[in-house]
Amino acid sequence: MSPSGGTPTDLRPYRPRISTWWWTRKRSYIVFVLRELSSVFIAWFVVFLVLLVYAIGQSEAAYRTFLDWASSPWVIALNVLSLVFVLLHTVTWFALTPQAMEVRIDDWKVPGFHILAGQYTGLVVVSLFVLWLVTL
Amino acid sequence: MTSSTADTIRLRVSRYRPETDSAPHFDEYDVPLRKEWTVLDGLNHVKNEVDTTLSFRWSCRMGICGSCGMTVDGEPKLTCGTFLSDYAPGPVTVEPLANFPVARDLVVDITDFLQKLPRVSPWIIRPDEHRNVEPEVEYLQTPGQLDVYRQFSMCINCMLCYSACPVYGLDPEFIGPAAIALAERYDLDSRDHGTSQRIDVLGAHDGVWACTFVGECTKVCPKHVDPASAIQRYKLKTALHTVKAFLLPRGAR
Repeated sequence: MSPSGGTPTDLRPYRPRISTWWWTRKRSYIVFVLRELSSVFIAWFVVFLVLLVYAIGQSEAAYRTFLDWASSPWVIALNVLSLVFVLLHTVTWFALTPQAMEVRIDDWKVPGFHILAGQYTGLVVVSLFVLWLVTL
Repeated sequence: MTSSTADTIRLRVSRYRPETDSAPHFDEYDVPLRKEWTVLDGLNHVKNEVDTTLSFRWSCRMGICGSCGMTVDGEPKLTCGTFLSDYAPGPVTVEPLANFPVARDLVVDITDFLQKLPRVSPWIIRPDEHRNVEPEVEYLQTPGQLDVYRQFSMCINCMLCYSACPVYGLDPEFIGPAAIALAERYDLDSRDHGTSQRIDVLGAHDGVWACTFVGECTKVCPKHVDPASAIQRYKLKTALHTVKAFLLPRGAR
């Protein structure tokens, strides 16, 4: 309450500024920023896959050129880095899923680890299918 | 003032006096370190015995009123539930809640939240009348129906979640964790029919879509409300609502 005669505009509040480096203040903020950054590497993998499919569609020579380019050290380094971020992306988002969706069967709330187990099972199944596809 | 000993602990308290100060500074106080003393007890000791000019908010001392939220060693905390002994040998830094304008010392101005909260209609809305509920009618609920929304009804508006939320800090337009959790509390209530009203507010750019799921709101909540969950579930709800509005005729929504 303001004293008689005073109004809230007399408060002259102090407004702290947020530093550009706010996300370095806490470990959980850093993990969050890394998780957001991982989307860039997801996008890179999509681009890489599109380039691969495009090269295959062109000709055998184009495919050979693509493979030579893909085995150059900097592309391998970039892809290894991307893989690390994609794994981070997968693990962190899987871990958040039970919080984002509540599954209820009648009055029974499905526990979070069931949802997690479903996701990892799906990941393994899809990975095995892709492995079978490329080694066919 | 003596230096900190085994029986005392030093509080570094942020001070801001709007009449004279252009920015906050720290004052240091040594307070008794007792097993059962909280940070709030330490501040009350300072206020009563050392420096009567220190300003801070508190009321119930038992984690119900939500008044005594402050930043303790960088973390938003209810000071009535934060024990000095956990910070021994100290010093303990006490600052006002982050992301809010500081009115004086440890007191923040939460007008912004108070204006946002009613926008999500945090009350039971009935379909048929302007009154919210009939006083003489019982609206029965099963334990299962209560269980669906109960955790979201535990919010005490202490503002720790706003203080922990970097999205709210960077974009003060964001309607924020507690307001959305309370919207979800009434949406999930079997007696309520107000979801369509709330979706219009929360589906806007300053609503649920501003959230990037940092998840800190849930970590700091002293009442285990899980606002981050409420927000993500609300995103799914608004998305489904948009798809249904696009695909289905009006009567089937």
